Amino acid sequence: MLAGADVRKNGSVDYLAPSDLDSALTAVADGTRTVMAGATDFYPARVGRPLTEPVIDISGLDELRGITMTEDSCRIGALTRWSDIRKADLPRVFDGLRLAASEIGGIQVQNAGTIAGNLCNASPAADGIPPLLTLDASVELTSQVGRRVVPLQAFLTGYRQTDLRPHELVTAVIVPRGVEERFSDFQKLGSRSYLVISIVMVATVIESSAHGTIVDSRIAVGACSPVAQRLTQLESDLRGLKSSDRLEDLPRMDHVSGLAPIDDVRATAAYRLDATLALVRRSLRLFSESP
Amino acid sequence: MTTVNFLVNGQPVEVDSPPLRRLTDVLRDDLGLTATKVGCEAGDCGACSILLDNEVVNGCTVPVGRLRGHEVVTLEGLDASGRIERLQRSFLHHGAAQCGICTPGMLVAAAGLLDTNPAPDEQAVKDGLGGVLCRCTGYRKIIDAVIAAPNFEEEPIRAPEGKAVGQRVPRVDGVPKVRGTDIFGADWSPPGALVARVIRSPYPRASFEFGDLQAFVESHEGLVAVFTATDIPGRNWFGVIVPLADQPVFAEGEARYRGEAVALVVGEPAPMDAIDLATFPIDWTELPALMSTEEALADGAPLLHPTRQQNVLIRGRVERGDLDAAFASADKVIEGEFATGFIEHAYIEPEAGFARRIGDRIEVHVTTQTPHMDLIEVAEILALDPAQVRIVPTAVGGGFGGKLDISLQPFLALAAWNLDRPVRMTYTRPESMMSTTKRHPAQMKVRVGATAEGRLLAMDFEAIFNTGAYASWGPTVANRVPIHAGGPYVYEAYRARTAAVHTNCPPSGAFRGFGVPQAAIAQECLFDEVADAVGIDRLEFRLRNALTAHQPTVTGQVFEAGVGYVDCLEALAPIWQRARAEAASFNERGNGRRRGVGVAGLWYGCGNTALPNPSTIKVGLDREGRFVLFQGAVDIGQGANTVISQIFADAVGVPLESMIRVGADTDTTPDAGKTSASRQTYISGNAAFAAGQSLRKQLLALVGASEESSFEVDGSQLLVHDRGEVKRLDLGALPVIEGDLVAVAMATYDPPTTQLDEMGQGEPYAVYGFGAQLTELEVDLELGTVRLLKFTAAHDVGRAVNPGLLEGQIEGGIAQGIGMALMEEYIPGRTDNLHDYLIPTIGDVPEVVSILVESNDPRGPYGAKGIGEHSLIPTAPSILNALRDAIGVGIRKLPATPDRVLAAIRSAQRFDDVAGNQL
Repeated sequence: MLAGADVRKNGSVDYLAPSDLDSALTAVADGTRTVMAGATDFYPARVGRPLTEPVIDISGLDELRGITMTEDSCRIGALTRWSDIRKADLPRVFDGLRLAASEIGGIQVQNAGTIAGNLCNASPAADGIPPLLTLDASVELTSQVGRRVVPLQAFLTGYRQTDLRPHELVTAVIVPRGVEERFSDFQKLGSRSYLVISIVMVATVIESSAHGTIVDSRIAVGACSPVAQRLTQLESDLRGLKSSDRLEDLPRMDHVSGLAPIDDVRATAAYRLDATLALVRRSLRLFSESP
Repeated sequence: MTTVNFLVNGQPVEVDSPPLRRLTDVLRDDLGLTATKVGCEAGDCGACSILLDNEVVNGCTVPVGRLRGHEVVTLEGLDASGRIERLQRSFLHHGAAQCGICTPGMLVAAAGLLDTNPAPDEQAVKDGLGGVLCRCTGYRKIIDAVIAAPNFEEEPIRAPEGKAVGQRVPRVDGVPKVRGTDIFGADWSPPGALVARVIRSPYPRASFEFGDLQAFVESHEGLVAVFTATDIPGRNWFGVIVPLADQPVFAEGEARYRGEAVALVVGEPAPMDAIDLATFPIDWTELPALMSTEEALADGAPLLHPTRQQNVLIRGRVERGDLDAAFASADKVIEGEFATGFIEHAYIEPEAGFARRIGDRIEVHVTTQTPHMDLIEVAEILALDPAQVRIVPTAVGGGFGGKLDISLQPFLALAAWNLDRPVRMTYTRPESMMSTTKRHPAQMKVRVGATAEGRLLAMDFEAIFNTGAYASWGPTVANRVPIHAGGPYVYEAYRARTAAVHTNCPPSGAFRGFGVPQAAIAQECLFDEVADAVGIDRLEFRLRNALTAHQPTVTGQVFEAGVGYVDCLEALAPIWQRARAEAASFNERGNGRRRGVGVAGLWYGCGNTALPNPSTIKVGLDREGRFVLFQGAVDIGQGANTVISQIFADAVGVPLESMIRVGADTDTTPDAGKTSASRQTYISGNAAFAAGQSLRKQLLALVGASEESSFEVDGSQLLVHDRGEVKRLDLGALPVIEGDLVAVAMATYDPPTTQLDEMGQGEPYAVYGFGAQLTELEVDLELGTVRLLKFTAAHDVGRAVNPGLLEGQIEGGIAQGIGMALMEEYIPGRTDNLHDYLIPTIGDVPEVVSILVESNDPRGPYGAKGIGEHSLIPTAPSILNALRDAIGVGIRKLPATPDRVLAAIRSAQRFDDVAGNQL
């Protein structure tokens, strides 16, 4: 390492690493700093570029890490990593989220990347988003002036855009507790086994009666629109059907016509719709076969 | 700057650093812990895997500022603690490290896995190591090594004296690879080295004007210099095919592809980290670019190089027999068009190295496949005498042909020469991908005629290769492909024509097979259609038409021996029958998936095409009784260090352990030629054999011993056992010839080839390797995804000098073939990283069974010939043939991504609906 004033001048950055939430909220209050959590999206976006922008590194906020169950909600701290979720002992309805956690990047990314980072990065192909949509998750946003809780679908406002305001931090993802033995699944499709950006992914949660009648379902599709979407028509068409009803025959192209996939290096738009239907059918088949 | 205290490998460290600096940079540059490699800086490759508080993470996405109170463990720490000793020995034993650049990441990830799962099965190993990419091994030996590690007890295999050839000895350069001590291009530079970075064109074609460069340097403290074309003292161009060399070191006035270099910025390391190159004073004017060969060949298209009409760099041709008559007599004529895209080498080690000036000489230490060619290029560019240039190859973290062209060599040399300070560079991953060579995209038209009995009569092959902005190895591709495009088969008449066409794309160059893998796709895929059309089993069709000894090739060359293609096909026959039956039975059950089996063959000439291609190897015996091999054939992971050592040891008649190896280094090792064209085992092997024999004769002559004698080293005495008698040679008493050597021998081998005539007839290669591969796979009919089940690969390697290394080459070639068939396509400007450009991961390579066929080639050392490129060539066509077998329709545009496969399935279903069938 070279010493000297020039190094100090050129190499210095505005880097804050608060150790408690209050200091962190103070640090973000002026809204000028990039917030860094797991840093797994921060560095890839800056290859070959100087690392000189003002940053607040919130990775030291241990209070934002971990999953806590209360009577009416499951609170997933913002800094909970995918490997924490993968390994967590959670009710069955979280199966889809845990499957997604095990398919994000490789172990290295799962041991660093956080749930809040995945949401704030707001990639259309974020693997964490569809399962959280099927869990009716909300995002807890905290600032010095207070706290608000926004449904995830509303939090995601567009392609890589969110409702996060400059002076706020995501502090938790909140999943309401309900019938926790619901069927839950996540299907990811990519062109290779590991470390792959999804072509399409589908998350499914289905609540059924003791007799196998579908009471409620949520099906969310990622990488097929600027923001992951629920298939609400399909969800309502499934209501009242039985698991023995050959559910996989139900999904039709018009159920996915609200999606807006694009052609890119990973697949054509038309293929994405076909694959979405295939993955939805697969989840419904799994539901039918599930105990 | 921030001061951070944390633990590294159990020791407290204090680091002063900008807090956002990547942990990898701090470990490597500040703490000297270079076992942790950097492949992408984006969390895509896992080469920088480290343990952070006992969990595996990518060091490249950890800001050092957050480490206060945390604990980091690197491969150095694991190695020193002894905690992974079994794992390391298992890696060596299984041949799990080839080039070694991913090995530290693999070992750290495996250590993390074994901490939590002491007896992992294959799936657990894949899940644990899935975040680390390897481009050499095909992963299978890594999986085997990790599974075996917990109970690994075996001693290293030792070859009996004089019988090293044929033994599965561990690679002789393996220990540093599993300890993380091998020095790759970015791993060491002299203290005080400056850092250089390249300014590149952001457009495929653009004119440009520099602003005030002097002011730019002066306004940035710590910047030292900017270099442009006007600073080149010699010629401002380079190129591997000297008469066609056309690529500027720095573009002058106009850049011809996105990523082309126009200037070099040099400065102190920390300021260079902080500088935003977007502020470099240059005005770009984007110009209309030719991005496809269609555009480049169109009438009136602007010429990239004024003397190359229609943008055609070169045409190639081989013609034999009366084509029209042969087609006229054919009962069936089948034709097809095939297309492939750019493929990126994606070695995990980006281009890197350093240069320093020592008096009136310049030394370049660099990751390269071809030190002597680098030397000439650097001398010409700097206007130096070649004797003033020294090239020292570092360990090479994968090459595959991509490190056969110079990249950063002239930049390093120019800056270090002019500034008289050491200068280092490492390309970023996007820079490596956008600026260095690619596999040529090919558009191929093939027509094949056969009799109703399934005898091949004629082939007409035509290919247009997108050779990009500069010549590079385009001429080699254009000349090699016409010879190989027919495959290892016999024709009555044959014509193959190629053209390499310039576009404003990155230069296409050498990539494992020089265009032959593309041609093999067209030929081998079309052969399945021909076999089906004449109603003959696809393997049987190949057998009936296979080239054998005593038959002329398409260039009229006749081999008396060493043509093992039929043996390869016959080795696959029982597997073919078994696999076809299993697939048929699986497919009867239906369930939305179908299985398929495919086979494809290959031949490939070892060494340069119809050109001299010598290799020189020097050997000696030193005063301490060590046999010294001056090994200039660069080992890029394929195993030349080991194979050539085995051949040399047997040629002298001494155990491998009595040898030491020197090189490669242009100052100390003679020119063994470039590591390309699968030539080192055959050509440098022959040179090593001849040098070894010569040394043996010299030593025997010194004591008057007979040919049957054997050597034994006893201290500084060489004992020569001759028919029951022991003769002693006191090495200390012998005159020193050079250095510490008391005996020296040198030999050159140049393959006997001839130039080709205007019809492409002659003897372009002295040796061909042959092989065939069989793919079993399963297709998901709803998603178009392909699950590979198993490969069986039979290769005529002449003689298996080292079966373990050969399997490693086969498995690695198959992995690259999988990528080519199913997922890889480089799109300029769009896929300059390892998350948009996909190469196979550990989960994508199924079981591979290798069958080594030994045809005992009369020209090879101990009968051996090459394998490096051969192993890749049949993989993609065998996959595509298996895919067609499964879904009933062929895919002719690569890669066969799920969307293309599903579209093919749909088109087959439509066809079958019309025909009244269901798929």
